[in-house]
Amino acid sequence: MTSALDTIIQGIQLGGLYALFAAGLSLVFGIMRLVNLAHGDLIVLAAFLILALVTALGLNPFVAALVAMPLMFAVGWALQFYLLNRTLGTDILPPLLVTFGLSIVIQNGLLEGFSADSRRISVGGLESASLALGPVNVGVMPLLTLASAIAVIVGLNQLFYRTSLGRAFRATSDDPLTAGLMGIQPKRIFAAATGIAMVVVTIAALYLGTRANFDPTIGPARLIYAFEAVIIGGLGSLWGTLFGGIVIGIAQTFGAAINPEWQILAGHLAFLVVLLVRPRGLFPRAVD
Amino acid sequence: MALLETRGLTARYGDFQALFGVDIALDEGETIAIIGANGAGKTTLMRSISGILANQPEAVLFDGEEIGALPAPDIVARGIAMVPEGRKLFPSLSVEENLLIGRYGRAVAGHWSLESVYELFPILKERRTNPGTALSGGQQQMVAIGRALMSNPRVLLCDEISLGLAPVVIRDIYAAFPRIRAAGASIVMVEQDIGQALKVSDRVYCMMEGRITLSGAPAALTREAIHSAYFGH
Repeated sequence: MTSALDTIIQGIQLGGLYALFAAGLSLVFGIMRLVNLAHGDLIVLAAFLILALVTALGLNPFVAALVAMPLMFAVGWALQFYLLNRTLGTDILPPLLVTFGLSIVIQNGLLEGFSADSRRISVGGLESASLALGPVNVGVMPLLTLASAIAVIVGLNQLFYRTSLGRAFRATSDDPLTAGLMGIQPKRIFAAATGIAMVVVTIAALYLGTRANFDPTIGPARLIYAFEAVIIGGLGSLWGTLFGGIVIGIAQTFGAAINPEWQILAGHLAFLVVLLVRPRGLFPRAVD
Repeated sequence: MALLETRGLTARYGDFQALFGVDIALDEGETIAIIGANGAGKTTLMRSISGILANQPEAVLFDGEEIGALPAPDIVARGIAMVPEGRKLFPSLSVEENLLIGRYGRAVAGHWSLESVYELFPILKERRTNPGTALSGGQQQMVAIGRALMSNPRVLLCDEISLGLAPVVIRDIYAAFPRIRAAGASIVMVEQDIGQALKVSDRVYCMMEGRITLSGAPAALTREAIHSAYFGH
């Protein structure tokens, strides 16, 4: 019994990581209907950025992530403003092609810069620290991951529903032409949205890089988990995305408990089942 | 000098030319009405002034400056706000948020604020938390007008605000215009409802097939002159 409970708790915590992968993707898709195929690679890029700050400046990884956030915001802002905005239009193919190409560019750039060795960001003894919560022991880092995921989603919801920028995000998503009549510049709004998505990506990268080894090629697999979390949750719902991440996380930990080879497969099967039963996801919000 | 002026304004959608050298002028404090049948070019004229359609810089003058080539956000920032045809409220935003977003590009102090818009249209205060699109057509039009007022515009462009509304509702909405004028906005009103247009405006322009066919003060225009300017015979 305890082991089942243990597996569920691990699954929920892993789900927090997947929700962090997915939140940025969900944000960008929700506002500009742009599917960023380089999202996973941008997470890996941020992880290498944190690693570089840790090794070069001797920073604590959490401090390094704080330093990386504004840098990644700038990367996201510029990427959207100067490149991706040009691909947006009625045709959905150009953004897919350009971000797919970007994914390859980032992977190869990271291979050049950091080699193909797998790396890891060390957080002192924190990786192995755990807390006893009733009958189960819970790892401190996974707990922090889940707490960060919840904090990110609360934060994004506050931004969306409580601020002037959030209103502009929603208005632009509804109708960019009329948003222009309100003085909103959709291209700047899109750039801000991608910048914010990259801040979330940096948080995801911190937990990705401290949890396990990473190398320049693992981005696309993270993209798949992120996609699945977004689709399971339903497009446009951030809480749904967290829930979707947890569904995949629990499926993976149960799969792994039965047979370690089944971990990844079980996550994908859970996704498939949800897709069969509720093709629009569990909490769909977007109409189109 | 006129506050807002178009000079030889032309506009085209691809091969189709919609405006052929339109000259209109709006003085400070004035209300002008632009009337004409469907397809006469009224909405194209509004889209050109509001920056949705780009033109030659010198084709539109505002306060002596050439604004014809500026995009919509720059036009709003200078103080020309539009109530677009079909209201175009943002469905994801509540009534109050729809009003607040009207200030996004131009948050200047002036008569119009959330409080004064609620005073102008009290029903909106009751419905403030509803989604903008859950309201009746007339109430939605009030939101669209309030949203444009929130930027405290010097010029208010109103495109077909009576379209699709019941006469009693239209009367309620037009009843607000004396107060909008008194607060200092100059108004360009596009209308198909000629009676309404003649009642509220200081001067009227009639359009047909992309040209101004008649202009003058309402009292100076005979029914026959308007009829022939409107229908072309």
